[in-house]
Amino acid sequence: MIDLIEVYKIYFANLENEVRALDGITLHIGKGEFVAIVGQSGSGKSTCMNIIGCLDVPTQGEYIINDVNVAHYSDDALAALRNKTLGFVFQQYNLIGKLNILENVELPLIYGGYTPKERREMAMEALERVGLTNRILHFPNELSGGQQQRVSIARALVTKPQVILADEPTGALDSKTGIEILELLQELNREGCTVVLITHDTHIASYAKRTVSLQDGKITSDRVKGGLLS
Amino acid sequence: MNTKQAFFMAIKSLKNSKMRSFLTMLGIIIGVASVIILISLINGMTGEITSQFEGMGTNLLSVNLMGRGGNMTGNHSANIDTMEELVEDNPEYLAAMSPVVSVSSATVKYETYNVTASCTGISENYGSIRNYAVETGRFISYIDVENRHKVCVLGSYEVEELFGTEDPLGQTIKINGEEFTVIGTLPEKADSAEASNDDIILIPYTTAMQLASNARLSSYVFQATSGDVVKQAKTTIENALYTIYQSDDSYMVMSQAEMLEQMDELTGTMELILVGIAAISLLVGGIGIMNIMLVIVTERIREIGIRKSLGAKKRDILGQFLIESATTSALGGVVGIIVGIVVAYIFGALFDLSISPSLFSIILAFGVSVMIGIVFGYLPANKAAKLNPIDALRHE
Ligand SMILES: Nc1ncnc2c1ncn2[C@@H]1O[C@H](COP(=O)(O)OP(=O)(O)OP(=O)(O)O)[C@@H](O)[C@H]1O
Ligand SMILES: [Mg+2]
Repeated sequence: MIDLIEVYKIYFANLENEVRALDGITLHIGKGEFVAIVGQSGSGKSTCMNIIGCLDVPTQGEYIINDVNVAHYSDDALAALRNKTLGFVFQQYNLIGKLNILENVELPLIYGGYTPKERREMAMEALERVGLTNRILHFPNELSGGQQQRVSIARALVTKPQVILADEPTGALDSKTGIEILELLQELNREGCTVVLITHDTHIASYAKRTVSLQDGKITSDRVKGGLLS
Repeated sequence: MNTKQAFFMAIKSLKNSKMRSFLTMLGIIIGVASVIILISLINGMTGEITSQFEGMGTNLLSVNLMGRGGNMTGNHSANIDTMEELVEDNPEYLAAMSPVVSVSSATVKYETYNVTASCTGISENYGSIRNYAVETGRFISYIDVENRHKVCVLGSYEVEELFGTEDPLGQTIKINGEEFTVIGTLPEKADSAEASNDDIILIPYTTAMQLASNARLSSYVFQATSGDVVKQAKTTIENALYTIYQSDDSYMVMSQAEMLEQMDELTGTMELILVGIAAISLLVGGIGIMNIMLVIVTERIREIGIRKSLGAKKRDILGQFLIESATTSALGGVVGIIVGIVVAYIFGALFDLSISPSLFSIILAFGVSVMIGIVFGYLPANKAAKLNPIDALRHE
């Protein structure tokens, strides 16, 4: 499903100084996995997710998703990939403030070319999944952080993506609300969705079936619950 | 994403910042409104003047003697007798002649009513030359001219202003302090509006010369026997005057058609200049739109990043911002058209012009404003569309 092969992401501050956000990462994530990527701040987790999410491109190395090397994709094809195959959940929710909840959830469907009727049905279905059907005409700033994050999960799952990428989805939430979100992700995973969860908290990572640890842009360990993988 | 959705999205974002949208549109509103106002006014004015000219008949020629040319006492100068002889000697081209003496902005009083009008001193032939038939009373006669009678024929505007429903015939009015008897009235031709063909006072030219205290007759109007011989008539008059003056800068002979042409040329130039000014204000409006769109794009970089992460293609973002700026300026255009038409009608009412904003100018103004939105919106929209998703998302 997802294959990172010797991926480097190097930022050049100037000619002498370089930051190796990712320093030769090779990672395989299979269909239906629930992987947590953990590591300290600055270890390269977000960079890794951005590359998996096709929001960013590696400086060097190959990224293959669904058997296709993304280097061969055009901008439009990447957009379509993000639209149909991937779903994002961000730490800061990233909802559009001017659009109400329903419109926010409908947004990926607009870019996916669905009819208004289909959009409404699918969005309502997704909002039902996260238990927010009673707030659809509210605007994001009228909701609590946990509710906003649930909206952003609804937005991520509304296109029925194969992969959900969540970067610190509980980062801004209290532990109880955080657990609700994590359980929601677990549920989606049980239904067959591949989930990649980024976190710096090993406790949160324990909700995943597999934990990949990053340090200074390198993978230091890769455990599956109950045993060592490599 | 289709155009309709992008359009609604644009309307929405305009509604969200009403003040800014309004200020952005202001340049376009002013530009479009001024185009419409100017074109309507010029059309109204041209129409007015043209209809005045046309009301006079197409076979008229006006003769103006310049400098000392009109001096009656000069040895080598043309006078009324010269002009009369011209008509007598050239019956195949010239039908009639009348001197024209203008007493401009004369104060005209009847009892407590008064108007400022231009009085025209003419001879008895003027009626047939200009197709003036009196409605009531009689026209100025040869006797009136010969004896410098203080009599006048009033246009319907003066009748309405001075007498209302009262019968003006036989009444005495004062023109610049002199008493005149009203001997006739002219039928209404142009709604009795001020400065129209109905705003006219005719008096014998001999009397007018006294009133204007000038001893010179310098303007004459000739009637050609038909519209087809106007050219020959003109040449005839010019030849005769050249024989007298031995130079062609002492007189000017102009036919009605030439005057119309000159008028058209003048209004054409005026139109061009005014439209040019309006175009500049539209350009400034366009730059205003570009400016604000650049700000909007910068403000919304994060939103662009979010949209891209959700699968928005380059053309979706480009379309969204282009439609937004086109909608802004088109809306400005519509408001400008409405403002323009309203103001044009107000001006029309103030200056007694018949205003009919041409459909062409409205379509042009609307088209131009949409074009401005697209042209000036393109740069900011393209800037937004080209953004890298992750850079946009990270933008603070
Ligand atoms: N655009 C950039 N320019 C330069 N350096 C960058 C850029 N983006 C990230 N980095 C650097 O790359 C490294 C990894 O960043 P990244 O955001 O992936 O960390 P992270 O593991 O997500 O940390 P956190 O837990 O704090 O979110 C950091 O050292 C960061 O300074
Ligand atoms: Mg991070």
